[in-house]
Amino acid sequence: MTVAKPVAANLPLPRRRKTVSPAARLAATPWLAPVVPLLRAVVPPLLGLLAFLLLWTLVSQLSRGSLPGPVSTWASARVLFADPFYQNGPNDQGIGWNILMSLGRVGMGFGMAALVGIPLGFLIGRFDFLARMTAPVISLLRPVSPLAWLPIGLLVFKAASPASIWVIFISSIWPMILNTAAGVRAVPQDYLNVARVLRLSEWKVFTVILLPATLPHMLTGVRLAVGTAWLVIVAAEMLTGGVGLGFWVWDEWNNLNVEHILIAIFVVGLVGLLLEQALVWLARKASFGQEN
Amino acid sequence: MDRFVELENIRKHFDTKKGRFVALQDVNLTIRQGEFVSLIGHSGCGKSTVLNIIAGLLDPSDGIALCNGREIDGPGPERAVVFQNHSLLPWLTCYGNILLAVERVFGAKESKLQLAARTEEALALVGLQHARDKHPHEISGGMKQRVGIARALAMEPKVLLMDEPFGALDALTRANLQDEMVKIVEKTGSTVVMVTHDVDEAVLLSDRIVMMTNGPAATVGEILQVDLPRPRNRLALASDPAYHACRSAVLDFLYQKHKREAA
Repeated sequence: MTVAKPVAANLPLPRRRKTVSPAARLAATPWLAPVVPLLRAVVPPLLGLLAFLLLWTLVSQLSRGSLPGPVSTWASARVLFADPFYQNGPNDQGIGWNILMSLGRVGMGFGMAALVGIPLGFLIGRFDFLARMTAPVISLLRPVSPLAWLPIGLLVFKAASPASIWVIFISSIWPMILNTAAGVRAVPQDYLNVARVLRLSEWKVFTVILLPATLPHMLTGVRLAVGTAWLVIVAAEMLTGGVGLGFWVWDEWNNLNVEHILIAIFVVGLVGLLLEQALVWLARKASFGQEN
Repeated sequence: MDRFVELENIRKHFDTKKGRFVALQDVNLTIRQGEFVSLIGHSGCGKSTVLNIIAGLLDPSDGIALCNGREIDGPGPERAVVFQNHSLLPWLTCYGNILLAVERVFGAKESKLQLAARTEEALALVGLQHARDKHPHEISGGMKQRVGIARALAMEPKVLLMDEPFGALDALTRANLQDEMVKIVEKTGSTVVMVTHDVDEAVLLSDRIVMMTNGPAATVGEILQVDLPRPRNRLALASDPAYHACRSAVLDFLYQKHKREAA
């Protein structure tokens, strides 16, 4: 699993001769000592964001106003988020609706992919024959850009929304199949030996050993899938139209409302970040202190 | 019963990429009911293979393995195994890990209450009532191994099989667990087969020590009868000449007669 292990704050710092690190010097000042860890956690990200805003301002200045700066974008965002759920006909709806529609499509496609992909992953992981059987097809289809599936979706479903859901489905199913299968294969032989000595039933082996042992791998697959799905939905909606963040970006480009495009970029990033963090949290809950 | 576990002309080979590897050849061994037998030998001598054949986790390539008069056909709870690395399920508490075994063995005949009582009793036997609701990653290596032992004992096995049960522990913890094992065996009268490479451990715990020759095609070299009176006490034994005689006999076998060339 790729969850970054938190670096323990109480690890001894590597010893250096003579030179004292700025942090150590700070810590040596008694009245500052309690806030040092807080500063260490907060200051670098703040500096990073500040540098980003400065760079942005600079670029927008250099572009002579064709790229809006942070201030005008912020002002525009406040107006936009003041009424996120208005509805003026099918092509002019609030940002809230756009976010919810995109999330809904991701949820549908992703949910169906999980329903198909996870059980399939279990079967592939458990039965070598099935793994060999599916390997050529999966290896062939997995590297295909998800958007290449869009015309097939439009052809079959004859509607935009199901077609984008189909694209999400196809893009998020591979990591779930492959990670679940890898997880099943990685179940320690010791646990299976325990099952053999106890002569547990297949069902009990599945619920007590395979499922919990595979869960962390499975959640890695889910996390990768959600990341891809969220990347893909914006592009798919740009092509298909309707209500959704992707369509909104394209619509605002046609309106030449660049502030809104920038806002959309931040919203997409923020929602993606939240989805990812939620799954990281879930994965940590499900790892039961196992080494992963 | 004098021939509770019986191995007759056991041979075991593994087919590897480099050809056939004969691990065991002509292994003959009988174990009495209530006896504590240790298998000792250099690493790679196939002592764990012998244990796994009794457990039913491995099938012998040739020969007959019997337990209680019946041919051993696959693993089963009447031959409980304490694995070297405890093999507790990390998502179950100590209680849950033991209950899983208890449910499987007694679930058909006993009420939930009785099963719970058995589980508590097993925890108490290894002195871990306080860690009842802890998960394996929250307790020390010695405690994990004790839970593993409790899980095996709770199944009331006909034979308790232990594969280097204390091998992964530090010396002090190991000594403590060995002392506990002495008491538990005296209390329960279990038939035990233990794989070890620790000479002191073998002498302290065993009625007989089975010394194995080096592989490939390892077999039983010598069998030493340990006639030290029970209950045994580590401190008293330290100055007991009989204890030292046993110890030297095993050391002599391992380091004189079947010295292993440094790999």
